[in-house]
Amino acid sequence: MREIVVLSGKGGTGKTSIVGSLAALAKGKVMADCDVDAADLHLLLQPTVKQNNEFWSGQLAQIDEAKCTECGLCQELCRFKAIRDYKVDSIACEGCGFCSHICPTDAITMKENMSGHWFVSDTRYGPLVHARLGIAQENSGKLVAQVRQQAKRIAEERGFDCIISDGPPGIGCPVISSLSGASLAIMVTEPTLSGIHDLERVLGVSYHFGVPATVCINKHDLNEENSRRIEDYCKDEGIVVAAKIPFDNAVTEAIVRGIPVVEYADGAVSREIEGLWEVISH
Amino acid sequence: MIISIASGKGGTGKTLVATSLTLALKDKYRVRLLDGDVEEPNDHVFLKPDISGNQPVFIPIPKIDKAMCNHCGKCAEVCAYNAIAVLGEHVLTFPELCHGCGACSYLCSEKAIYEERRQTGVVEWGNADIITFFQGRLTVGEAMAPPVIRQLKKHTDSDGIAIIDSPPGTSCPVVEAIKGSDFCLLVTEPTPFGLNDLVLAVETVRQLGIDCGVVLNRAGVGDNKVEEYCRSENIPILLTIPLDTEIARLYSRGITLVESKPEWKEKFMGLFEKIKETVDARDRSLKR
Repeated sequence: MREIVVLSGKGGTGKTSIVGSLAALAKGKVMADCDVDAADLHLLLQPTVKQNNEFWSGQLAQIDEAKCTECGLCQELCRFKAIRDYKVDSIACEGCGFCSHICPTDAITMKENMSGHWFVSDTRYGPLVHARLGIAQENSGKLVAQVRQQAKRIAEERGFDCIISDGPPGIGCPVISSLSGASLAIMVTEPTLSGIHDLERVLGVSYHFGVPATVCINKHDLNEENSRRIEDYCKDEGIVVAAKIPFDNAVTEAIVRGIPVVEYADGAVSREIEGLWEVISH
Repeated sequence: MIISIASGKGGTGKTLVATSLTLALKDKYRVRLLDGDVEEPNDHVFLKPDISGNQPVFIPIPKIDKAMCNHCGKCAEVCAYNAIAVLGEHVLTFPELCHGCGACSYLCSEKAIYEERRQTGVVEWGNADIITFFQGRLTVGEAMAPPVIRQLKKHTDSDGIAIIDSPPGTSCPVVEAIKGSDFCLLVTEPTPFGLNDLVLAVETVRQLGIDCGVVLNRAGVGDNKVEEYCRSENIPILLTIPLDTEIARLYSRGITLVESKPEWKEKFMGLFEKIKETVDARDRSLKR
């Protein structure tokens, strides 16, 4: 089973537009949207949801006012400052349960927390597993792991040998959860100084977890000098630059129409993404 | 006053807005910029501060004193993150899973657990002209951004103006960055992606009880659904920045909008005045 994840470090470099187009190009695969706190892939793939599942993860402290003697021990010991005036701040609570273990009157219990939903959907490009983390919730990494596990299960059931996932921005918990154990990471970058800075950090994460990476430069003609810098950097690091996509408003127009750009326009953008798929599918 | 800059979707222009707003205010107000996108901090690329100091960010992790441990298994039982396992006479710890809550060491009846510090990032500071600058940096390979953001925010200045650049998304790092703000600016773009993620960001700031307004970036491409949404939800669009490849090219070179195009200084000052009116009006109504 090959699992290809698209990451970027910096947000807004074009991950979802590229993943949407790979969905249209690749045969016999399962799609996964691992950006569980701001998922957008569904806006291009127009899924029909077949299964809607609750995601229960982590716990929240709950104080029984009738039992609480306001001794203050929980407030003193909570390192997340999640208890104030004998009330739990559900956003600050990390669910560690320390307070429930030390309360002398057993006034604190831990209740299970529903932190989001995950979905199995049909699209005209094949199955899609996606999710929605609840607002201001934790455990995005665990929800990502669930999305990946379900995508793998479906691929096995249907005899597909490829999973393509749209990853989150950044380098933290949900990125690590999307990346670890994957077969290949496609890093989508842009020729801006911020894009280069962020690319180096996200490549650092892929080295750390031993996942091979390839780079795709989006809007490469926005700054040719920076594009060359990225190419030189990749050459030194032994990383293939698999595509150089030019800036084109067609990418945004395709988003507005809700279709992958390779199905909307047949210019240089589409040719480069087709070339990218050629490189990574062989 | 604390103004945070957030977005839901990444790459909509948070850094552009945070740096230009800071520069527009610097001659008139005492202003500091805190880059809270600790996974991918970029404000330094534009402000080019002289970094003069730093403080490592540690989280406490458990260490087992084998001589004292009686292998009772209490620590493993109370750990909500499965960061300790007791197997026969062996105690295994998994530091990357530990949140540093301290339950295991406190509850160990044999006092066999002590805490050591593990570095997960750094907070750095310095000056860019007259602006005081702070940024957090999560160590590459580390998962948890919130402890770095918490330590960064200790440097918020309550007398002057603090501008906090937030990470994208809607989950715990964003909440950590924006909570406690007087106002949150949400930067978006007029596309279905921008709208989808703006709606999520609005839900997040509302849950935290923070007033918000929108900066519409790359206006002119896409559709008008963001404006329709803002009208129906009564969210003010406080500034509109057009789609302009010249702005994008300057950005690519690490040059801020107000430095390259001085006419934008007035517009960002105007943006601040509108935020200030909202915050002052709220403060007045709270005092009554």
